[in-house]
Amino acid sequence: MAVIRDMIPPFELYQPAGVDDAVRLMDEHGSDGWVLAGGLDTFDWFKDRIKRPAAVIDLGGVDEIRGITGGVDGGLDIGAMTSLTDVAEHADVQSRYPLLADAAGLVATPQIRNQGTLGGNIVQDTRCWYYRSGWPCYRAGGNICYAATRRSMNREHCIVGADRCVAVNPSDTAPALVALDAEMVVASTSGERTYPAVDFFIGPDIDIERMTVLEPGDLLTRVVLPVPWEGARWYFEKIRDRKSWDFSLVSVASMISVQGGVIQDARIVVNSIAPYPVRMGAVEAAIRGREPSDETGQMAGEIAVEDARALRHNDYKIALTRNLVRRSIRDAA
Amino acid sequence: MLQPEVIQSRRGGFTRRKFIKGVIAAGATASAAGYLFRGSGVLTPMLSAQDAVERLITLNINGQQRRVDVPKHETLAMTLRYQLGLTGTKLGCDRAECGACTVLLDGVTHYGCSILTHSVAGREVTSIEGLEQDGELHPVQQAVIDEGGFQCAFCAPGFVMSMVGMLDKNPAPTREEAAVLLSGNLCRCGDYDKILNTAMRAAELSRSRA
Repeated sequence: MAVIRDMIPPFELYQPAGVDDAVRLMDEHGSDGWVLAGGLDTFDWFKDRIKRPAAVIDLGGVDEIRGITGGVDGGLDIGAMTSLTDVAEHADVQSRYPLLADAAGLVATPQIRNQGTLGGNIVQDTRCWYYRSGWPCYRAGGNICYAATRRSMNREHCIVGADRCVAVNPSDTAPALVALDAEMVVASTSGERTYPAVDFFIGPDIDIERMTVLEPGDLLTRVVLPVPWEGARWYFEKIRDRKSWDFSLVSVASMISVQGGVIQDARIVVNSIAPYPVRMGAVEAAIRGREPSDETGQMAGEIAVEDARALRHNDYKIALTRNLVRRSIRDAA
Repeated sequence: MLQPEVIQSRRGGFTRRKFIKGVIAAGATASAAGYLFRGSGVLTPMLSAQDAVERLITLNINGQQRRVDVPKHETLAMTLRYQLGLTGTKLGCDRAECGACTVLLDGVTHYGCSILTHSVAGREVTSIEGLEQDGELHPVQQAVIDEGGFQCAFCAPGFVMSMVGMLDKNPAPTREEAAVLLSGNLCRCGDYDKILNTAMRAAELSRSRA
């Protein structure tokens, strides 16, 4: 267990007014710097004194990346500092991207959604408690995984995509954005780059100390949503222990295009079963040309868990994944 | 005033008590604390870096402008309770996991334990002390009295602030909607039924006053 202390250790605080200033400060401070958005991931690290940055760069005043505007080509452009409440309640998000509105609206609690940002929800670190309690594991730069031993408590850990580390991605909006094929816009002192959402999240096989492509000095500034498929059907479901606060045990996000009663195309994404949101390519290929029926869903569920390997305490996640994928095809609306 | 070098050189040869006595005798004041702890790591990065924020800020709390000297790592709940004496805001878990510290920022509910005070400069902060207007209780406060909504009531200030934020968003919630809108607050007594009675009564009262 984390030792709870009453004060955050001191740091120097910067409040840049624009993205240019922010990335310059991030560049200056390098790995001694810490980017603060909503702060709901941040302050646990600070209060436990596991992360002790010398400089904190508070993005609260960077108004240019807060808010939702119509994107080019009829899509939608969401600033990374937009609160989750604003994402969930925005009229265009609700009518055209209900998948994202649902996902953002199911994050934690009303207060956390009021303060937490879309960018922060996307790039948040894993909840593996061995890692978050400061154990020197692979992800923390060490050479052991404390969650994968025979006596570990690993009920919340992964069933696919493990590579030494078995932590999972906890984000609710991440699978929705992968299913929507969103683009992530990243700024740094060397300019702006974009990544498809599916490539933005990385596993331990690529870099065991990061959850995303972001390196020190990189700032996620905007999320660009493309126009969804004509007549797309949606499904989002998040399974968690309590109906409030909790991170997902397994979540599913799907976007399915149905024409003439058969599935033309689909993006099925499951999160919290791997260190990154898992796009179910084999499932998508298998359901094309079939009816979105319970039978198709059942077959899809079996394919979804073909490569799954349970740890000691998380085999329930295999059943959950099977059922959620089935429902996400059968009940998409 | 003693020079820091003098203090440093004395530390080796004296017991802690003698050392402190010596400092007092030499007339050191509280402002020398920074020197006393020099090198111990307690008050480390106190020298302001270029571009960094100033510690002295103006906060808008319950309609009043308050000048406060705030450490950069201090959270709003700490500042309210221990600098401004507004102890109506409670600290339960200090981890954004209970809701006892709920305050309004520009009318919207936030956890005071999980936001830096420096992040709220320029925003309108409302704590439970700011609800009463000209001796008249806020409809939510009146509803708490009418319904006897809480047992131990440690969670009450947070719940009351969440109810105020809720009514601003949805003046006529159903009981189910209220439960969702208040799902960011915990009551360890498990008094949720009466708390929801309070919320429904508060909605009624505030509609009749409007």
